[in-house]
Amino acid sequence: MKTLTGAQIIMSVLKQEGVDTIFGFPGGVVIDIFDELSRTDIKHILVRHEQGAAHAADGYARAKGSVGVCLGTSGPGATNTVSGLASAYMDSIPVVVLTGQVPTALIGNDAFQEVDIVGITRPCTKHNYLVKRTEDLARVLREAFHIARSGRPGPVLVDLPKDVTQGKARYEPLPEPRMPSYNPTYKPNVKQLRRAIELIKGAEKPVIFSGGGVILSGASKELTKFAKKLHAPVTASLMGLGSFPGTDPLWLGMLGMHGTYRANMAIGACDLLIGIGVRFDDRVTGKVETFAPNAKIIHIDIDPTSISKNIPVTVPIVGDCKSAVKGLNSLLNEEKVKITKKNRKAWLDRIEEWKSTTPLRYKQKDVIKPQYVIEKLYELTKGQAIITTEVGQNQMWAAQYYHFDRPNCFITSGGLGCMGFGFPAAIGAQVACPDKLVVDVAGDGSIQMNIQELATAVQYKLPVKVVILNNRYLGMVRQWQQLFYEKRYAATDMKYAPDFARLAESYGALGLKATKPREVEAVLKKGLSSPGPAFMDFWVAREECVYPMVPAGAAITEMLLA
Amino acid sequence: MKKHIISLLVDNEPGVLARVSGLFSGRGFNIESLCVAETLDFSVSRITLVTRGDDAVAEQIKKQLNKLINVVKLSDLTGVEYVEREMALIKVNAKTDHRAEILRIVDIFRCNVVDVTPTHYTIEATGTAEKLAAILSLLKPIGIKEIARTGAIALAREKKGKAGEVF
Ligand SMILES: Cc1ncc(C[n+]2csc(CCOP(=O)(O)OP(=O)(O)O)c2C)c(N)n1
Ligand SMILES: [Mg+2]
Repeated sequence: MKTLTGAQIIMSVLKQEGVDTIFGFPGGVVIDIFDELSRTDIKHILVRHEQGAAHAADGYARAKGSVGVCLGTSGPGATNTVSGLASAYMDSIPVVVLTGQVPTALIGNDAFQEVDIVGITRPCTKHNYLVKRTEDLARVLREAFHIARSGRPGPVLVDLPKDVTQGKARYEPLPEPRMPSYNPTYKPNVKQLRRAIELIKGAEKPVIFSGGGVILSGASKELTKFAKKLHAPVTASLMGLGSFPGTDPLWLGMLGMHGTYRANMAIGACDLLIGIGVRFDDRVTGKVETFAPNAKIIHIDIDPTSISKNIPVTVPIVGDCKSAVKGLNSLLNEEKVKITKKNRKAWLDRIEEWKSTTPLRYKQKDVIKPQYVIEKLYELTKGQAIITTEVGQNQMWAAQYYHFDRPNCFITSGGLGCMGFGFPAAIGAQVACPDKLVVDVAGDGSIQMNIQELATAVQYKLPVKVVILNNRYLGMVRQWQQLFYEKRYAATDMKYAPDFARLAESYGALGLKATKPREVEAVLKKGLSSPGPAFMDFWVAREECVYPMVPAGAAITEMLLA
Repeated sequence: MKKHIISLLVDNEPGVLARVSGLFSGRGFNIESLCVAETLDFSVSRITLVTRGDDAVAEQIKKQLNKLINVVKLSDLTGVEYVEREMALIKVNAKTDHRAEILRIVDIFRCNVVDVTPTHYTIEATGTAEKLAAILSLLKPIGIKEIARTGAIALAREKKGKAGEVF
């Protein structure tokens, strides 16, 4: 057994965990850790704000399907990561955040840059730790990674007092932790699966509703197989986009407040709803009493607290989405359940009718329409880009008009809806996937919340592209004001903003701007094909709204369509 | 809204109580009372908490508690047979003409007088919430100066050899 410093132990565990990248920002109490980090082959990406580091670790985790790691100093460094933790927590993303802390002897003394980050982040982490002895470091770090990635994934924060990282302890690599009080259920109960099959056999108008859990558990292939066996149409939550091919004829489009007409109507009319890796969030259900009123509900989720939390279900199935859907597929085979396209014709015809009478639509006239920019982006990238988004209208248009055929390609702050997420997340995704095209679909308001990360992108030659749908408004809030507050646009005008193209140039990136519809394609082509990071500023119709829209508290079948 | 007595075995670590109580406040569940103490195994503590809610809420509370990494074991005593106790220290005004009456109440309810001064008695009372309520209602007219109460602690009864409650 070797004797190592705390900082060296941290590096050893990170290596053991296969960490190849850390997003960080230094400070007094973490100098030792950074010092040691610089002596390893782990890549460090120096961000310009710790919120950027946390979101980048999140984007990295989602694009790569592994744990993202972020490192910051005590006090303000730690508090700056909180939004990132909260976003990762809501979306169940495996992230480990390491924060420095004042020496143990000073904890509780209001020392310089001391903050009780474990206390602050308790409700927005899956778990967190304050390490008090160097001897505990290896175990705690191993547990942190284990908890972050297993079960329903989520962020874990480890607070590291300076004396703990400077002190020495004997170290040998530890095996994967076994924690008696933490045993997620992966294997679904077969009896419940059989009950589900019975419901499936009897259903005439089934709908599959897929969520982020399908992506996290890598169950897309099984899901696609399942849907085809059933000839059942598939919708998804915002987090579930890409879990089922967006170009498949069975695809209904997104569900919920800005879901497609056919998806929302199908939920209103279905007799069986199969929710997989979803949590029936209020943005999806609308008024719960009127959600899927005629349907029996099968709900698969690894987190028992998600089940029957918002919506009572007929058949609850606790387990990993992949095992559960696989289990359903093999039971369907075993029982030789044959469902033909003919059986489904009436149901699928009805959906087709909803689709043809009320598709997603907009009219491109003399001002650039934001939807048009996304459609062009989809066309030019052939649907192959990793898309991150900011929050607001930009996010919804990206979700509606970019058709995601594969998982891990749509990266958005779904549960928290955190403005400023998309750009650093794009940086993280680009680090994870250097050969992919990564595009942040941004709003003019949101992009300003973490715009400083452009320096990071330039420094590390990360060719992320930012498509700004610039309406000079906090557009989504303005939309609510237009529709529900008699157009009183209090505090949503964003006319005072920098010239984003010139700002990008000053960071050393490419900056482009389009103000007319005919310029859109050229700007996209130039920006997307440039070798480095690029901002593309599209001056879009200021008062365009996202439709359909389900007003807050209404049934999801009660949509405003224009 | 049914009463639920939930008994938790948790890791005996700093911050665990904050995780439990934070879960209640953060999710809008209510805690009527809460008791924490070590068990024979130094590494685990027992938390006994009393909460109220309809079945769906109680279900959520239990699932959410179970989800906490530091919760080792959870049992809901509602619906099983259990013994439950609370304790109260009650300081009553003990003027000469009330002393006999107070001692009679102490006797009837099998309480103890644990501190005596010329003007006050301090009474130790143990029992179910209902029993404590009865004692307090009798002592109140005499004059209660101060009172300190624990929440409920409870254990499920063993199934075999049901001998009844032993006082
Ligand atoms: C950090 C944060 N603050 C406030 C909000 C509330 N909010 C939601 S959407 C939105 C407007 C975003 O404006 P912009 O980025 O320009 O996007 P647009 O809706 O115009 O596309 C605001 C302020 C939020 N989601 N996140
Ligand atoms: Mg805007």
